Parts: sequence; structure tokens; C-alpha cells
Amino acid sequence: MRLVKVVERLLAAIPIMLGVAIIVFVFMRLTPGDPVDIMMGQGGAVSEGEIERLRSEFNLDKPIHVQLGLFLADLARGDLGNSFSKQQPVAKLIGERLPATIELAFGALLFGLLIAFPVGILSAVRQNSLLDRLSMGGAFLGISMPAFWLGIILILIFSVNLKWLPVQGRIDYDANLQEVTGLYVLDSILTGNRTALVSSLKHLILPSISLGAAVAAIVARVLRSSLLEILRSDYIRLARAKGAGEPRVVLVHALRNALIPTVTVVGLQVGVLLGGNMIVETVFGWPGLGRLVVEAIFNRDFPLVQGAVMVYAFTFVAASLVVDILYTYLNPKIEL
Amino acid sequence: MTSSTQARTQPTWRYLLGIRLRVWQQNLAQFWSDLRRHPVALIAGVVIIIYILAAIFAPQITIHDPERGSLRQRLVPPAWEAEGSWSYPLGTDGQGRDIYTRIVYGARVSLAVGLLSVGISVLVGLTLGSLAGYFRGRLDSILSRFADLLMAFPFLIFAIGVMAFMGPGFTNLIMALTFKGWVEFFRLARGEVMSEKTKEYVEAARVTGQQHWQIILREILPNIIQSTFVLATLRMGFLIVTEASLSFLGLGIQPPTPAWGSMVAEGRNFLINAWWVSTVPGLAIVILVLAINLFGEGLRDILDPRLRIE
Repeated sequence: MRLVKVVERLLAAIPIMLGVAIIVFVFMRLTPGDPVDIMMGQGGAVSEGEIERLRSEFNLDKPIHVQLGLFLADLARGDLGNSFSKQQPVAKLIGERLPATIELAFGALLFGLLIAFPVGILSAVRQNSLLDRLSMGGAFLGISMPAFWLGIILILIFSVNLKWLPVQGRIDYDANLQEVTGLYVLDSILTGNRTALVSSLKHLILPSISLGAAVAAIVARVLRSSLLEILRSDYIRLARAKGAGEPRVVLVHALRNALIPTVTVVGLQVGVLLGGNMIVETVFGWPGLGRLVVEAIFNRDFPLVQGAVMVYAFTFVAASLVVDILYTYLNPKIEL
Repeated sequence: MTSSTQARTQPTWRYLLGIRLRVWQQNLAQFWSDLRRHPVALIAGVVIIIYILAAIFAPQITIHDPERGSLRQRLVPPAWEAEGSWSYPLGTDGQGRDIYTRIVYGARVSLAVGLLSVGISVLVGLTLGSLAGYFRGRLDSILSRFADLLMAFPFLIFAIGVMAFMGPGFTNLIMALTFKGWVEFFRLARGEVMSEKTKEYVEAARVTGQQHWQIILREILPNIIQSTFVLATLRMGFLIVTEASLSFLGLGIQPPTPAWGSMVAEGRNFLINAWWVSTVPGLAIVILVLAINLFGEGLRDILDPRLRIE
């Protein structure tokens, strides 16, 4: 029964993805000058026949609805077109950069949750204590601080002054890592390369903190407020009356229900992680999707930008889908 | 309309306006006394006002040119450092421009972008949201679908995408931020109007023969304006950070116009020997956004206790 609902949800995501693709297509068309003009702008003198040939290669000579149809058909086959600047399929370029971005997103999410859970729980249990006030103040700072500034402050402290951690990149050149999955931390463990493991972890720390700080702040606040509400409810009083110890009451009885709103917020944070990823990757020279897009924008490489924006949006839609499904497992009262 | 009713409506109109004004005065007095019991929000409000005044009076409170420096004065440290000088209180950047001056002028960009993009988003969102929530039907379903679609893009990605396609610049920046910014206000207004519409006072207004637009404008809007104001404040902090992020990437305000985000970006080249070039403008963002967010939270406690987070 539940599986049917999940499938229904999956099917409902299709029109949204379609809409996303159409919005991106419309924006492409609103751009001044067509792709061939832009390509010509980079080259030199080209004959009129050559331009015509390129126009028909990009289907620019066909009516707009035909262009949209062709665009969507290509998309359905996973064909995102060719990059102008790199002369390679966009899907391939994005695929190459994806592992770096995924690794960073995991690092950031891990950092965010590792901070948010203890802080959120302790602040709720010790409401209005000094610890509570300090951590909620810190959370406010975390929400108000741009990720690029935090990254620069971290570089100044830990790389420039203390010289503990590297400024740029994913791994030292002399680590000799054999790539398996493209996730360097995982690859070092799989190949038993200790030098590479240490190096890749060291490179991962500062970017993860910069990207994960906002997540930590938001999740801690939500967790705290939902725990506070739940700790006052009747069933918690019952649990206490039945003699359950305080840690058990908080961690087993209350936390499970406090997780419901928290999971939603974590799901929304995926959007923050995706957007912040362009910023943080730029600050730390992290060779992921974000850097690729920023470079593509400056090269006016529209197919690449368009493909990446679509990948980002699809990931976000997929994340909301996962959250929705997780939600029902946490709260059986909710129908999908 | 006979002349006798006209004679009666004139004073009634003035009488009603008088009541409105007195209610406003009372509300303001009430708001002020609430605010005084909220020291954090009050301080935050003062900080915001200082930023606004600095932005307005930028030419009066600075002595250097914000866009041109002298290369002989490159990378002068802030005044409190050994080699610093009080003619450049926060030091100079890589082109010898006074950082304090540039921060003050940068406040113009950030505040203008914040106010304009929030303002337009509120206007569009409130209008469409009220219409959709009041009339429902086809208009509502089209607008709601479109809003859902826009929600499928993470905000910053959407803004970056729009800027990539349209190119940098002030107008494009405002457009990129409002293209998606109105959705939040649309959802708020739509939901509130839908629930307000079922209440008795709206029915009473309809019975007395008021037009739909009169009911929306005079009866319902005053009841949802407070929650809109709270949301607007909180969104403004977010939009200012987004503008700074775009300018940091080089997609927002273009140099030499001073914008905090691009100042931080330029300073990255001097991190090792001149830490202040990049960190100080960033601090200007953090303080302003922190103040706006704290003020917004305080405002929420005062104006809209339903939304209060413990």
C-alpha cells in the first residue's frame, strides 16, 4: 500500500521536472543573441554558410515549439548538449565534477548535523541556561554569516596563521590516490592509502565547516524549538511518571517526534547546500560542479550553465521527494 | 446620489479617517512600548538606522573617493595597527582606496538591493496572493502551480542562473532576486486571505454591499499586513546575503562600484599579507544582516505572536 503511494509521489515529480526544464529553456531564449552569435563572437571571421550550418546543427532554424520538443527529447535521453568552451558533452563534464561536490555536501551535512544535534538537544533540556543562550546566539550568527566570509576567516585562522590545514584543493599532489568512486575519502579507505586519507580529510574540513555552518544553525534552532514543545506534552509527563530516566525520555520518547519537523528542515537545507556549494567551491578552489558552473558563466558557455542548473534543480526536487517519503516513516499519521 | 447623502458622507469620511489615525497612533505607541521591552530588537533597530543614515549621508561622512585610490597608499593597515594611520581608519585595499569609504558607499548598494527587491516581491506577492486566495478558481491554480515550480529551484542557484543569462548589473540583480522572491509573499498572502475570507467580518462587509476590491483592500489587507512585514524583514537579511554572494562571484554589482561582496572577493588575493582587505567588508555584511534578523525576530514576537519560536 505504502509502495503505491511512493510511486504516486515519484510520478507527481515528473511534471515539476518538466516545468523546471521549460523554465530553463525559456531563460535560454530570453538571452540576448543566440548561441551561434556567442560562439562567433569568440572566433574570427566566418562565412555566412558556416553560420547557417551551425544554426541548423543547433536546430535554431526551426520554430520555437519544435526547439522545445527537441530539447526535452534530448533531456529525456540524458543528453544535455555540448559545452561551447570545452567541446565535450555537458553530461560528461558534469559527471566528472559530481563526486567532488557530493563529497563536500556530505562533509557539510555531517558537520552540520554533528553540531546541530547535541547543541539543539542540550539547549532544549537546559532552556535559558548560559549554554542555551550562547548556542542560540551562535546559531543566529551562523544564519547571518555569508558562507564566503566564514570560509575566508577560517582560511586566515587555520591555514595562514596556524598553518594546520590547506588553503585550496581536494588532496595533495604527492598522495598518489587511485581513483575508484571519485570520492577521495572513500577511495583512500578502499585502496588502503593512509597518506591520501589524511590529506583528503584535511582538505575537506574547512570547506565542510563553511558550507555546513548555516545548516548547523538552522537545524539546531528547529530541533530545540520542537523538542521544547514536545517535552511539555502529556505523553512525556506519562513517560516520566512511569519512571523513565531523563536521558531516555529525551533521547527516545521526545527526540523521535522532534525529528519530524527537523527532517523537513534538513531536506530544505539541501537547497542551501547546493547553492552554497558554488560559493564555497570558489573560495576553496574545490574542483566540483559549482566551480565548473561559475567558470562556464564567465565563458558564456550556456549549454553547460543550463545543464548544471537543471542538475541542481532536479537534485533539489529529488531531495524533497526523499524527505516526503521519510516523513511518513517517522510519522505514520501523515498520508503521502 | 442625492445632495443630502453627499453631505452626510463627507463628515463620515473624515470621522473615519480620524479613527484610523488615532488607531495608528495608538498602535505606534503600543509598538514603541513593546519594543522598549525588547532590548535586543531595539539595539538591532538602532544599528539598522545607523546603516541607513550612513548610506544616505555617505558623501558627508567620508573624505576619500570610493572608486579611485592612490597606488602609493596601497594596503595601508587599519589605524590600530603599528603602520596604520587615522586618515585610513580601516586601512586601504590593493588599489589604495580607503576601505571605510568603500564600506559606507557599499551600504548604499546592499540596502538599495535589499529594500527594492523585498519591496517589489511584497508588492507582487501580496497582490497575486490576495487575488488567488480570494477568488480561487483557475487563476489560483495557475499561479500556485507556477509558484511550486519556482520553489523547485534553490534560491541562490536560480539567482545565479538568471544573472548568468541576463548579465550583471543593478537592474538585472533586482530582477533576479524578485523573480523568485515574490513566491514566499504569495504563499503567505494566499493562505491568510483564504482563512480570513471565511470570517464573519468579511461576510458582514459583503452584506453591507462592499465591492470585492474594497473588501480585500480595506477589510482583509490590514489584518495580514503585520505578518507580511515580519516576513519582509526576515527575507531582507537573506536577500542582502544573496546579493553579496552574487557580487562575490562577480555576477552582481560590477567594480569599481563598491559592493561588500566584491570587496571581499578582491581582498582574497591579499589574505597572506593584508587580512583586513577581505575581512572588514565581510564584517559589515555580518553586522547588518545580524541586526536585520534580530530585529525581524523581535518584530515577530511583538506583532505576530502566533509565529513565535520558543
